Amino acid sequence: MEPGSRETILEVRGVSKRFPGVQALAEVDLSLAAGEVLALVGENGAGKSTLIKILAGALRPDAGEVRLYGCRSELASPAEARRRGIAVMYQEFSLVPALSVAANIFLGRETSAVGVIAQRGEWRRARELLEQLGAANIDPRTPCRALSTAQQQLVEIAKALATDARLLVMDEPTAALSPAESERLLAIARGLRARGLGILFVSHRLEEVLQVADRVMVLRDGRLVAMRPRGEVDREWLIEAMVGRRLEQEFPRRAVAVGEPRLVVRDLRRGKRVCGVTFSIRRGEVLGLTGLVGAGRSETARLICGADRRDGGTIEVDGRPVELRSPRDGLRAGIALLPEDRKSQGLVLSHSVRHNFSLPNLPRLSRAGWIVRRRERCELEHWLSAAHVRIAAAEQPAGQLSGGNQQKLLLARWLAARCQVLLFDEPTRGVDVAAKFEIYQLINNLAAAGKAVLLISSELPEVMGMCDRILVMQAGRIRGELVAAEATQEQIMRLAVG
Amino acid sequence: MRSWQVVHRGLALLAVDYGMSLVLLVVAVGFSVATLQEQPADGPEGGRQLARLLARRYPTGGRVVVVARETQADAAFAQALADGLAGSPIEVAAEVRGRPAELRHVLERLSAAPERIDALAVHPAVARWPLLQELPGEFPSLRHVEVLVPRSHVWPSFLKADNLLNIANQIAVIAIMAVGMTMVVIAGGIDLSVGSLMALAAVVATRLIRDLAGAEQAGAWQMAACCVAAMAICGLMGLFSGMITTFAGIPAFIATLAMMLVASGLAYMTAEGESIYELPEVFVWLGRGADLAGIPNAVVLMLLLYAAAQVLMTRTVAGRYIYAVGGNREAARLAGVPVERVTVLVYVACGVLAGLGGVVMASQLKSGAPTYGQMYELYVIAAVVVGGTSLSGGEGQMIGTLLGALLIAVIQNGMNLTGVESYQQKVVLGSVILAAVLIDRWKRRLWQRV
Ligand SMILES: Nc1ncnc2c1ncn2[C@@H]1O[C@H](COP(=O)(O)OP(=O)(O)OP(=O)(O)O)[C@@H](O)[C@H]1O
Ligand SMILES: [Mg+2]
Repeated sequence: MEPGSRETILEVRGVSKRFPGVQALAEVDLSLAAGEVLALVGENGAGKSTLIKILAGALRPDAGEVRLYGCRSELASPAEARRRGIAVMYQEFSLVPALSVAANIFLGRETSAVGVIAQRGEWRRARELLEQLGAANIDPRTPCRALSTAQQQLVEIAKALATDARLLVMDEPTAALSPAESERLLAIARGLRARGLGILFVSHRLEEVLQVADRVMVLRDGRLVAMRPRGEVDREWLIEAMVGRRLEQEFPRRAVAVGEPRLVVRDLRRGKRVCGVTFSIRRGEVLGLTGLVGAGRSETARLICGADRRDGGTIEVDGRPVELRSPRDGLRAGIALLPEDRKSQGLVLSHSVRHNFSLPNLPRLSRAGWIVRRRERCELEHWLSAAHVRIAAAEQPAGQLSGGNQQKLLLARWLAARCQVLLFDEPTRGVDVAAKFEIYQLINNLAAAGKAVLLISSELPEVMGMCDRILVMQAGRIRGELVAAEATQEQIMRLAVG
Repeated sequence: MRSWQVVHRGLALLAVDYGMSLVLLVVAVGFSVATLQEQPADGPEGGRQLARLLARRYPTGGRVVVVARETQADAAFAQALADGLAGSPIEVAAEVRGRPAELRHVLERLSAAPERIDALAVHPAVARWPLLQELPGEFPSLRHVEVLVPRSHVWPSFLKADNLLNIANQIAVIAIMAVGMTMVVIAGGIDLSVGSLMALAAVVATRLIRDLAGAEQAGAWQMAACCVAAMAICGLMGLFSGMITTFAGIPAFIATLAMMLVASGLAYMTAEGESIYELPEVFVWLGRGADLAGIPNAVVLMLLLYAAAQVLMTRTVAGRYIYAVGGNREAARLAGVPVERVTVLVYVACGVLAGLGGVVMASQLKSGAPTYGQMYELYVIAAVVVGGTSLSGGEGQMIGTLLGALLIAVIQNGMNLTGVESYQQKVVLGSVILAAVLIDRWKRRLWQRV
């Protein structure tokens, strides 16, 4: 499908945006035709989400113009962008959890008779839309909070289709999905392209970029550094364009002698989500925990750190059984959790980088309840640079950081926490290739320091490349244990499906 | 960027950083201009002014006669004048307090005496007596005597020292209670029971003093113990509110609404439906005394509390925890913050401070009654919100609350001075609160957009 032969939907010319302390976008141009998929890649903080927010009408550019269907348009608000046929799926979801699927799909555009919403009609139309997406199993009447991440995403797309959008913009739509679910989402995207929609999407997963994009554009430090058709790009080229240098290997090597068991978990159970999980992690070992979304991996991690109460089972750290009633107890016992959803569980978005960094470390950074500010500043500087977090200022609200930098900030906080056992739940979600490598190195350093690391991840290459052993979970149980060096993706998938 | 955007952003930044102080300043200047008027120098102020005038006039010494009427204001005038002259080389030859006839009597005596009189220092009302006009004619020997009168001047009534102290006194109680409320709101909660708690504390403290500490004969320590006991009871009520919101998961709004009714009922029961007046004189020390350079003790207490709370919120682990709990409860919990304990403790602190407010109020009024504190919870919450603390938690500053309380008090006081009806005052106050909340929302949107 050659672009240019079709109608151009979107044209962006010389768009710039500056935030205090950083030039998020500098004179970016792009064009997108009907029936074309354009992938947008770049490092964390390169300005991808900023560009998307401008297209969505949520941000105004300092300079430059956005042209839709050939004429210049001021996108003054998200509502206006939606009216002009741009549907946007943000990096974070914008569904209302308590409302039903149908209500969310038609939110703000309810068809009503004398103010009373015509519910039956909405349900029927919602069902039609979901069927088009191959998601007939989602009942339009269920509240959105009861849906899985992947299902919520489909609802987001249905919401976009309900507006008769011509242009679908997606910011890291697959970041929170398992490989199979991503596969399905991409298939849907292809179907929409065939129907003539223009699609712009952001992803840190280069495989899928190479799979579905017609063209790829690369941003670095807010500048457009390359724009090429798919035929002319490969993985190495992409990485080099994004990072500005070659990346020799994807997973750093680790040569650590594995020692005594550090964390021993026996017969852990809670309801139907976790049914008798038993494993141990040794000093200096990285244990992978993988499986499909909903297999009970995050729940297991939450039980181990004390975030949820367990129905049964024992947890030992360095041979001593620990009693956990809250994450605070977990932290005292030397167990830290990097939660999977950084926005709702990890950060206080409106608070500064400094406060977010210090929060779990305050007992150490204080004397008799008084914060020792010099010590706080020192540690902050040290660990932010150790974790390669890019910030404009320590007093900047954490919510202003790009997604990947938020993740690295959380990592920095736990690196500083001096815990013996680290539970990392999807630590590289939404993180660019170069930063991933840095995170892997940090994990290796932790292992080298004799810590026990549990790495929960849906990305098989990651678990295979980073871990010593791999546990595969399915329906709340451990289905098998593999030695990473000998495991294959097929083996893992077979265990994961059950 | 278009120019309106620049203006919009500039205004918003001002609103964030200096907004409240700016608004306060504007309001204060407005009321100053509106209340600009002739200030007769007939009180202590006039006495002091006259003393300064005399000292300048007779630097090497002189003999004066002080003349004033028998009213209270005149007494204060004469007293201030005497105080002002004490220690200066000027000698008061006589002090006349009374009617023209008495002055005539004294002047007759003085004109006969050999010592020379330099001046008559008179109250402005005295200056209008016909006798003084005819002085040179009636007493030729006193022809060279000057008559000195303090001059009236133009000054805003709003900015008179008395009025400013008045404002400070008015806000002390609300501002003290608002310290606790700010903590609760920053931690993501709300406490509707503070008004009732303050009545309860006032009644319990006064009743304990009456029944256990010996009523009018109560000693200072006994009274202090009674007040502390009353505050402790309020703390317990706060503990209870905190426990039911955190552990039973009942919304703070409902839990503290119930507590408000309970506490109010308890206050009426404790007071047996009446006011309690049987208190020693010294009980008013806290509410009416002014031991530090003329600043009322209640105001000193309030300022100390704000300083302490500001330090607590910004420099200590506890303060960080309070902000974190309000900012994102789940994230705070996962980061090892003892979320439950923090929540309960802020309600306890709020209860104790509401109790302290009640004690101060009882001391100001020298009585305890269960009717105290009605609607106070709303004023306190208004002070917190006007001060920029967000009701959704996680954001806010102690200093903002103090400014908020000050703004509300200044507006009330200014409207009283300019003769605005009390019903109209309510409308204005309500609008101010609304405006403050709108500014807050605006700030928030801007934070997201820019
Ligand atoms: N509201 C804001 N205020 C200040 N700076 C901001 C704001 N939003 C974004 N930034 C900064 O702009 C830069 C670009 O951010 P953006 O979110 O567009 O990155 P991104 O390419 O989407 O990164 P990621 O892959 O991590 O999601 C970052 O340095 C970020 O810190
Ligand atoms: Mg982004």
